[in-house]
Amino acid sequence: MSLPVLSIRDLKVRFGAHEAVKGISFDIAAGETLALVGESGSGKSATALSILRLIEREGGRIAGGSITLSGTPPLELTSLPEPALQRVRGNRISMIFQEPMTSLNPVMNVGSQLAEVFVRHQAMTHRQALEAARAGLEKVRIPDPARRLGQYPHELSGGLRQRVMIAMALACRPELLIADEPSTALDVTTQAEILHLIRALQADIGMAVLFITHDMGVVAEMADHVVVMKHGQVVEEAAAATLFARPCADYSRRLMAATPRLGAGSPAPIPRPEPVLEVRNLSTRFASRQGLFNRKGAGVLAVRDVSLTLGRGETLGLVGESGCGKSTLARSILRLIEPSAGEVRIMGADITALTGEALRPMRRAAQMIFQDPYASLNPRHAVRDLVTEPARLHGLASAADRRDLAVSLVERVGLEADAVDRFPHQFSGGQRQRLCIARALSVRPGLIIADEPVSALDVSIARQVTDLMLDLQRADDMSFLFISHDIAVVERVSHRIAVMYGGQIVEMGPSQQVLRNPRHSYTRRLLAAVLSPDPARRRAGAAPGAPLPGARAPEAEPAALHEAAPGHFVRPEAA
Amino acid sequence: MIMFALRTVLKMAITLFVIITLVFFATRLSGNPIDIVVGEGLTQEDRAVLTAYFGLDAPVWEQYLRYLRSILAGEFGISFLERRPVSQIVAERIGPSLQLLASSLALTLAVAVPLGIAAALYRKSWIGSAVMIVAFLGYAVPNFVLAIFMILIFAFTLNWLPVVGNGSPWHFVMPTIAMSGVLIAALTRFTRNAMLDVLGQDYMRTARAKGLPEHVVIFKHGLKNAGVTILSVLGLQIAGMAASGNVVIEAIFSWPGIGDLLVRSAIMRDYPVLQFGVISVALAVVVINAVVDIAYAWADPRIRLAGG
Repeated sequence: MSLPVLSIRDLKVRFGAHEAVKGISFDIAAGETLALVGESGSGKSATALSILRLIEREGGRIAGGSITLSGTPPLELTSLPEPALQRVRGNRISMIFQEPMTSLNPVMNVGSQLAEVFVRHQAMTHRQALEAARAGLEKVRIPDPARRLGQYPHELSGGLRQRVMIAMALACRPELLIADEPSTALDVTTQAEILHLIRALQADIGMAVLFITHDMGVVAEMADHVVVMKHGQVVEEAAAATLFARPCADYSRRLMAATPRLGAGSPAPIPRPEPVLEVRNLSTRFASRQGLFNRKGAGVLAVRDVSLTLGRGETLGLVGESGCGKSTLARSILRLIEPSAGEVRIMGADITALTGEALRPMRRAAQMIFQDPYASLNPRHAVRDLVTEPARLHGLASAADRRDLAVSLVERVGLEADAVDRFPHQFSGGQRQRLCIARALSVRPGLIIADEPVSALDVSIARQVTDLMLDLQRADDMSFLFISHDIAVVERVSHRIAVMYGGQIVEMGPSQQVLRNPRHSYTRRLLAAVLSPDPARRRAGAAPGAPLPGARAPEAEPAALHEAAPGHFVRPEAA
Repeated sequence: MIMFALRTVLKMAITLFVIITLVFFATRLSGNPIDIVVGEGLTQEDRAVLTAYFGLDAPVWEQYLRYLRSILAGEFGISFLERRPVSQIVAERIGPSLQLLASSLALTLAVAVPLGIAAALYRKSWIGSAVMIVAFLGYAVPNFVLAIFMILIFAFTLNWLPVVGNGSPWHFVMPTIAMSGVLIAALTRFTRNAMLDVLGQDYMRTARAKGLPEHVVIFKHGLKNAGVTILSVLGLQIAGMAASGNVVIEAIFSWPGIGDLLVRSAIMRDYPVLQFGVISVALAVVVINAVVDIAYAWADPRIRLAGG
């Protein structure tokens, strides 16, 4: 192994009195990829930000230890003065961040944001820098790079923005690239492309990569070496192959067990269940306004002719990438968005034509859980009021009963009874999602629509939450429409799976049939992009397949689904 | 972008038309102007003759059409008092008003934006607190009170500055400060909040991770974003200043502008002048708003897109 590019020794980082990183040490060699793995609060991002000394800006400080960047002379980053640090940042060490949506400046075009780096570190004129920026965009394989220079971040998709971030980070061919969850916010197929790109550029530049992630699939795909962190300490450090084959630390084993793995099986389909939700030819169109007089344009058909049924005690998993219309479908079913055509029946009652007060029984029968448990609980209300609010609105609980109801609800979702007197900010993300479930349960609904309920949670917490949902289903014959972009999670909970693409359901059937015998090319492409938490199954630098035509297919009359196997429906594709 | 500008101009024209119409009907509501202008002691015959002479016997819609036609032709009637065309009188007054508005705006921007940025950057030190306390006090003092205090101190007691008119640059000092006082306070607070919001954004961290020096991070990446928010508020504030701020301040300092003219013609019941004065102030407000809207779209590419 070559000499380390970066050495961290006994690093301690504090946020006020709280010690977020408690004396960690590791080395990264040139050309090597080191994965720093851990769940939220493990101190992995604090470590990354300390290397660039951006931690002070986030309210933390380095309380001890050393971070040495090799070279002649070696630089001790923990004590380097600000001007010298600025010459290191973006030049010898650069960083890409998790959120491509917010990490680029919205009011500067892509060209000037990129050119800035060249002007700053390579003393180029603005004109030279723009040419270098164009070449940089070409390198990260952005189509039509010259035109992109004049575009603004909001005109680019998440994947393209992350490519711009990468082009920016690699502008000066750094010795070390820090990638902080660079693919977490992206769709699986985009994630595969971005990871592949990082690896190809790493081989080209010969840089070391510090990869920060919570996703064991990404670790298996990318890492040579793995450092597992928990509560600010290193619990295990090993070569990737060794770690996956024989994890030593208890925590590593648990982390791996909690990681959903595609192909781990799913609940068997229920034969002919009593239908709870029936959707017929549902379409939702978003109006767009255009022209000088804001005329109503044709708009975008976000959901196109969707039909599905969901039986009692059944979970239907709905998978698809961002923008495919899955959240719009969920909201249209509950009439949170007005569908433009089609019919929805809940417990046999047609709710499409209902308005105002007449919708209330439906709202009791069907509840919804959202992705962000931080944003969906009002921070000023105590838990006892939050979880019983739907029951109060539906007249199911008197003021006197509310407390008792709250206690029984929080106990059902696995929290202590004294939780009812606390406020949302006193709970962790997983506990909050439990509270959201408790709130949905308060009106004893037959159907819960869960829109990415575990996507914001750590794997071990996500597992607990999905286990809770499975328990509730067993106990009460509850039905779930479970929406997620994470196919492995969907597999674990769903009796049947529906795959959505461009506003349509392209394939639907019993989970194992859809996953093991995918019939639609989009389903196959989606499955191929899923990362396996097993370094042996790494795709050895294979380029991801050519992108499918735009997710918004032309609005031709869609062909009807046909039954490829019993209960397994596929939309025919144009040859 | 051109579409956006066109639409803004169209909106502006509609707004202006509505205002002109409102002014017409508001003045008709107050009864026959002959009674007010000529006063008592008029025989029924004379009254009828005068009414016919001024065209006030025609149906209201016909009067309205005639009024619109004369506005389009640029004829706004004759001042009762000065016996000169109203347009001529107003034209003389617009220049001084715009000068005062421009100097106040320049002072506001020059003081409030740097103060607001400083207050955001040093929010935890005494500098930030001091700026906010001064801004709070500034907000609490109405501009006419500030004007009177300044006159008492700098004109009457110290005899440093002139009070009446607009004859020299020195004449601008007190009216400009009086006009800007509240605005500076409001804009300082607003700039601080906009800047604080921007400082916590992810793209600021990205800018630092690129190795940019702090002043580039703050003034290029930060201010460009905060500027968009500041601009949106600034438009409303300037419009407010043009519409009402100048009436009081111009009257106090006898500034020969539109505000002063409006006050005088209201007292003297010079209705043609008042009518056109109100319309021209409305025009100013509408134009300022349109300019700010277009500038806003220019500063923020996202608005440009949303606008078509």
